[in-house]
Amino acid sequence: MFATARSQIRVLARDPILLALVVVIFAAILIFVVYPLAMVFLASLQDRSQWTLANYALIGERRLYRNALWNSLSVGALVGFIGVIIGYIAAFVLTRLDVPGKRLLHYLMIVPIISPPFVSAVSIVFLFGNNGLITRQLLGLMDFSIYGFHGVVWSQIFTFAPIAYLSLRGVLASISPTLEDAALNIGASRWQVFRKVTFPLSLPGVASAFLVVFIESMADFGNPLVLAGAAFPMLAPQAYLEITGSFNLPRGAMLSVILLLPSITAFAIQRYWIAKRQYVTVTGKPTASTSKVVSGPVKSFLYGLVLLFSAIVILFYGVIFVGAFTQVWGFNYTPTLNHFAYVFNVGFDTVKDTLLIAIITTPISGIFGMLVAFLVVRRTFPGKSALEFGSILSFAVPGTVVGIGYVLAFNQQPLILTGTLTILVLCFVFRYVPVGIQSGIAVLRQIDPSIEEAAQNLGASALTTFRKVTLPLIAPAFFSALVYAFVRAMTAISAAIFLVSANWNLMTVQILNQVGSGRLGVAAAYSVVVIALVLVAIIIINAIVVRMTRHMNMVRF
Amino acid sequence: MAEAVHIRNLVKRFDSPDSPGQSVFAVRSANLEVKPGELVTLLGPSGCGKTTLLRMVAGFEEPTSGDILFGDRRMNEVAPNRRDAAMVFQSYAIFPHLSVYENVVFGLRLKKLSADEIKKRADRVLAISGLTHMATRSPNQLSGGQQQRVALARAIIMEPRVLLFDEPLSNLDAKLRDQMRVEIRELQQRLGITTLYVTHDQIEAMSISDRIVVMNSGVIEQIGTPREVYAHPATRFVAEFIGKANFLNATVRDGQTIDVAGVPVPYVNQANAGDQLTVVLRPEAIALSDQGGDFPATVKRAMFLGNIAEYLIEVDGVGEWLVDSPNPGESGLFQPGSRVFATPSRAALHALS
Repeated sequence: MFATARSQIRVLARDPILLALVVVIFAAILIFVVYPLAMVFLASLQDRSQWTLANYALIGERRLYRNALWNSLSVGALVGFIGVIIGYIAAFVLTRLDVPGKRLLHYLMIVPIISPPFVSAVSIVFLFGNNGLITRQLLGLMDFSIYGFHGVVWSQIFTFAPIAYLSLRGVLASISPTLEDAALNIGASRWQVFRKVTFPLSLPGVASAFLVVFIESMADFGNPLVLAGAAFPMLAPQAYLEITGSFNLPRGAMLSVILLLPSITAFAIQRYWIAKRQYVTVTGKPTASTSKVVSGPVKSFLYGLVLLFSAIVILFYGVIFVGAFTQVWGFNYTPTLNHFAYVFNVGFDTVKDTLLIAIITTPISGIFGMLVAFLVVRRTFPGKSALEFGSILSFAVPGTVVGIGYVLAFNQQPLILTGTLTILVLCFVFRYVPVGIQSGIAVLRQIDPSIEEAAQNLGASALTTFRKVTLPLIAPAFFSALVYAFVRAMTAISAAIFLVSANWNLMTVQILNQVGSGRLGVAAAYSVVVIALVLVAIIIINAIVVRMTRHMNMVRF
Repeated sequence: MAEAVHIRNLVKRFDSPDSPGQSVFAVRSANLEVKPGELVTLLGPSGCGKTTLLRMVAGFEEPTSGDILFGDRRMNEVAPNRRDAAMVFQSYAIFPHLSVYENVVFGLRLKKLSADEIKKRADRVLAISGLTHMATRSPNQLSGGQQQRVALARAIIMEPRVLLFDEPLSNLDAKLRDQMRVEIRELQQRLGITTLYVTHDQIEAMSISDRIVVMNSGVIEQIGTPREVYAHPATRFVAEFIGKANFLNATVRDGQTIDVAGVPVPYVNQANAGDQLTVVLRPEAIALSDQGGDFPATVKRAMFLGNIAEYLIEVDGVGEWLVDSPNPGESGLFQPGSRVFATPSRAALHALS
């Protein structure tokens, strides 16, 4: 073992740039992923500079904390369950059935992923709130309250079912329809085929999708903050309130450690247990046959459900859009541009800040993600699996925990970063790079390593090889990493809310503030601006990546 | 330009994937001297260590111990991109995002040569490789043989000190393989570049090589010219791997004669009377006749292959022999069950030590 490590270091030492890169990445992950987490742990074990477990004992003593834990867990489980059902139905209909409008429905299904995670919460307030269009205006209900359990669950289902849909889509698409045909051929009924073949084959994917939605739900901050209300405490907002409301860092840290445990557990199960039990692997050729498992009426029913979900998507976004141009929702529906005027006058600095931070974050995150993927797949060096784990760990860490960790870690010597642009950029880069790393790894594993060896053999250093050969080849993964980084930088809230300052503020935080002070119109206007910027950015990033790879393809005599 | 390659006591040990702590030898103490301008093939079954040996020369694998020298310069510590040892990969490893031309000049661009120089060398190499008219094409528009030529052109344009081939023809169909084999050999001789060539195909090795290195289980079994390894195999493995072989148990009668199952066979040897020998007898060195000969036998199986007939015969009191008879069309086949006489050609016998 030791000899192997030594020989690996010797190989690495021949390429000093590579060695430096590995060292820098290790250091960065230690400082910006591991260190803040450790600080949260340490803080949760302290009270007035004394080591103690008293903070944790509060979970047993205080009903508020106990309820917060229970509420978060039950909402996470329920949202995971319903989200997976919706995601499964949508994935099944859109990959396996022959129905019209698949492409459009697919885009409608994933729109919630690229918008701020609590747009649905604002829509729900518009529709079902105290002055809600449906509850008050249409139904005339006076004592209905959407706040609490129901509101959070509905909002989160809408927000996270698309994630389940995306991951199940891949699973269902890779189950060969010939397996179903074979079962039908030997006499199984349609229901038996689904129960005995299709569903068991997709079960690991279902479990994985459930855990991912569970993690997202546990970590969700915006929806609970808007919709949970005081009577329905949840962990993530409670941890935030402990710190910003009561200035009680140790208790906030304790709550976020409690929040972290189920997420990390779910992540570990998903990654190390379920991932090894996937029956289906992508073999390269997607099979384009449609499933014969469902009869005509069932097919229509399932299709109807997907149409219904898509209709709700359109409704929610329509409401946001209309709300952004409406004087005072619930009282005065006169069209107005006042809210946008506010955004572009009073709030313009925030728009600029958000955009600047996203623009800085995106290329750093994209290139960093591809570099780590490259090192993990193509190079051997001591501590490689630790590096891979460290770099994707933050995926499972709720943003609230990260935010508190950053406040604790970078509020003191030697690194004082709080209140700066740097801390927001660093937070976004390390928080959202795992998705880029994972897609980079997936694409890279499919590329023959001898292509890169050939470049080296012809005289290219490791860095040149990466720049001239690897990067163009993994352009699709690079593109999705860039888009994801930008979208998340524009829409993140849970960690960022701890890190914004008077100098550097974010639109998402503004949306929450406006909702909090009842100015829903301005919140809606901000949301429309965020969504518009994200769409424009996706188009621009796509153009850049296409040009980058085309350019390399051209013959230069 | 041509450079000698010295491989001295080269060892490659991997950690065993099955049992941690255990290690597996991919290459055990290999010694090889490749002369300037020589083409040497590394031949052996898959898993024999030939590719590992080649990859150590290219710098993609780190030797556990031993030395690799180009000329008098030790290469162990030199990074693969500084070795000046151009390689042609089994999968061709053509850059799919670059045109044929950009693939071929990839290495020259990295060397920052002048545009004129690059163009001059590219034109020459593209012409040699027959790629001139497809320079602007994308690699996925090329056939397997054309991709092979791009890979070759990309390597030789570097005018490397050493040229390395890793089973370059294994993805081509039989006809094209024969043709490329000839092209590679002619090109290598014209350019005079020292070449190491890995293959598992003994015919490829025989036809292309100045010398062949036969490897088995990480060990070099024999190094010799194609004629030497065929006519005088050092071990049973070499005799079996290169061509087909019958193994005869013989007893030395005197310096001129050995006994095979009581039949005296002339064979000049240095052994003592009474010593046991294993003698290699190639199938084509056995003459079959129904008129008479040294060993009476029964035909068990007969196959007509056009240029030869392939027989399996049971020699009375000795065992089964393979026999290849030339021009079977002229005389007709011996049918299974018929009685024949087998007579080994005196010159073709070779005793294993």
